[in-house]
Amino acid sequence: MTDSIESGAVTDGQGRNLPPLQLHVPEPPARPGESADFTHFDIPAADAAPRPDEATHPSQMRDFAYGLVRVLDEDGHAVGAWDPKLPADTLLKMLRYMALTRAFDGRMFRAQRQGKTSFYMKSTGEEAVSIGAALALSRDDMCFPSYRQQGILIARDWSIVDMMNQIYSNKGDRMKGRQLPIMYSAREAGFFSISGNLTTQYPQAVGWAMASAAKGDTRIAATWCGEGSTAEGDFHSACTFASVYRAPVIMNVVNNQWAISSFSGFAGAEATTFAARAIGYGIAGLRVDGNDVLAVYAATRWAADRARANGGPTLIEHFTYRVEGHSTSDDPTAYRSAEESSKWPLGDPIARLKQHCITLGIWDEERHAAMDQELAEMVRDAAREAEKNGILGHGLHHPMESMFQDVFEDMPWHLKEQQQQMLDEWKAAGL
Amino acid sequence: MNDMRMETAATSGQDEPVQMNMIQAINSALDVMMGRDPDVVVMGEDVGYFGGVFRATAGLQQKYGKNRVFDTPITECGIIGVAVGMGAYGLRPVPEIQFADYIYPALDQLVSEAARLRYRSAGEFISPMTVRSPFGGGIFGGQTHSQSPEGIFTHVSGVKTVIPSTPYDAKGLLIAAIEDNDPVIFFEPKRIYNGPFDGHYDTPAKSWAGHADAQVPQGYYRIDLGKARIARAGAALTILCYGTMVHVVENTVAKLGIDAEIVDLRSLVPLDIDTIEASVRKTGRCLIVHEATRTSGFGAELSALVQERCFYHLEAPIERVTGFDTPYPHSLEWAYFPGPVRIREAINKIMKD
Repeated sequence: MTDSIESGAVTDGQGRNLPPLQLHVPEPPARPGESADFTHFDIPAADAAPRPDEATHPSQMRDFAYGLVRVLDEDGHAVGAWDPKLPADTLLKMLRYMALTRAFDGRMFRAQRQGKTSFYMKSTGEEAVSIGAALALSRDDMCFPSYRQQGILIARDWSIVDMMNQIYSNKGDRMKGRQLPIMYSAREAGFFSISGNLTTQYPQAVGWAMASAAKGDTRIAATWCGEGSTAEGDFHSACTFASVYRAPVIMNVVNNQWAISSFSGFAGAEATTFAARAIGYGIAGLRVDGNDVLAVYAATRWAADRARANGGPTLIEHFTYRVEGHSTSDDPTAYRSAEESSKWPLGDPIARLKQHCITLGIWDEERHAAMDQELAEMVRDAAREAEKNGILGHGLHHPMESMFQDVFEDMPWHLKEQQQQMLDEWKAAGL
Repeated sequence: MNDMRMETAATSGQDEPVQMNMIQAINSALDVMMGRDPDVVVMGEDVGYFGGVFRATAGLQQKYGKNRVFDTPITECGIIGVAVGMGAYGLRPVPEIQFADYIYPALDQLVSEAARLRYRSAGEFISPMTVRSPFGGGIFGGQTHSQSPEGIFTHVSGVKTVIPSTPYDAKGLLIAAIEDNDPVIFFEPKRIYNGPFDGHYDTPAKSWAGHADAQVPQGYYRIDLGKARIARAGAALTILCYGTMVHVVENTVAKLGIDAEIVDLRSLVPLDIDTIEASVRKTGRCLIVHEATRTSGFGAELSALVQERCFYHLEAPIERVTGFDTPYPHSLEWAYFPGPVRIREAINKIMKD
């Protein structure tokens, strides 16, 4: 029992005057109609972070979980110890993959708005996270992505018509129209089947990496989740397993500040960084400017080299911003300040690499505009090609009986019976 | 002792059946499969050096090394998640969940991932894991070491659920489960690990010694999933059961002197519907016995199937004897357990009509 007294303090059962307990429910800095202000962000200079040796013990790396690995400075120069010093053709390839990802997103978002499919998720502003990592990994390293890493498939030169077939759930969809759009699976591209349940891929990636290590393979695994879903138990199970067995895995947290309408504070961002999760597990942690594709590349390469040398796992937080809504199903102006994306202090990853390439004298505005035009036409043509296989809800899906396939390797009697019943019912109904 | 036996199995090349309890039979199945297939790995809490809290994995780490038999952190979600990833790599993991009661943290990885991977990727990725887990009561385990959660898994599309009732079946079914390219939940009735249980908790425990189904070949053999076993042929009524309850039913039927047909289902999914149908059409009466809670238990599905397929052959309503819809109580364990008294009452009721 407590009694309130005038000061606002309360007296407890032992006669002590105490402040009433308060529940802290986080609140983002800016809501709709309010001005966004990122001046409180501590953004170190691009050349501030030293680059440790890949063999550095995690206990000597704690500062990296609170810093920010950056390469591209405000003027478009690649600076500092993390500069991967990539050749011109690689830089231009990165630029093209990022631009293609954005063009693809634009086209597919529009297709959803046109009623051609049920759902889409853009990765606008986060292209560097996927493209930088994909180019730093070996082509046969295994990726366990979340739903916003379409850039990996694009950077691995996967067919965009194949991706669109999946989005349209049409008869060309290799997944037989079973998954929500964007939940790709591409074994040949080292791209694991995407789940709609969050962070389940984390322990799976660790398991794959453990298997690779147990077999004396050379391939490593990489996985991605959002900052919001680091709260899932799977994340922590995965970190424990990765640490215990020193699994050759790279665990990426894409901190894009928003989990649908919940800002990163609901995953613990008010208290610490997401890279700092690594410290408690004794894992190397890096916090990276996720809008700097060269920094993403450099950090991923560092972690990959470390893993391949039996140095164990790395947790990388990619500090970035989700420019669009979570998906086609939410309107971000309903929960956050409309100013946020324009005021985001780390800029646009494509614009930053473009500026860098122009600074190097290997690129110019005209070529960039021509590339954008070419890519827009490419995705338009690909969409037309995919639409020949059908769009969602317009009949060109896999045959009805395919619903019952692949539940098990061999179809048991009860599924055969249900399949036959369905076909009989449709036939009786004259359909 | 286990080591000696395994050595004999590996070197003799003979297939002379030897006396095994259910733990030894399970151990032998794991040993045989690890010897045959370098991709089979065993993982779980305490399964490595120590050989498992029930000793089911004893000797395996010494024989096959730590890369193939290893202890894990205490996170069932992690164990199954890691097993999904290992399966995607190409291994054939056999994770142990120490008690079936601990399986709930792994449900998302089992239900949303392992069970759905083949379907959602149209066969690009599969999850060929066998999850072993001791289940059921009768050992004074209280509510967190006694549950029978098989009905949770039979409700999930894409996972098989298997429950042996003898050492011979345990080995043959476990080998078939490990060879299966789909995820299998392999629930081991821990009350009968060391001997068949007749339901009379107040009489001395029996061992498997002398039991015909405890004569187990030392080498490879498999019992296909989805095939029931007629534990006792009879004409008066059909009793559908599995696991520990097979023995309790057998003993009760013997004492009553009734000519019951006892069907040991062995595999709930896939289910041997042909054997069930043939038996009930023959006897016209059906009793279903399981230890799990009643509402939405697997007995409800069995009852519906028998009604749908054998209605015009039934001469009495289908009866169910099950655990009550309460948590498994510690001190009242034997009031909860669907033992001989309740089975006898149900048989009498069915036979009255």
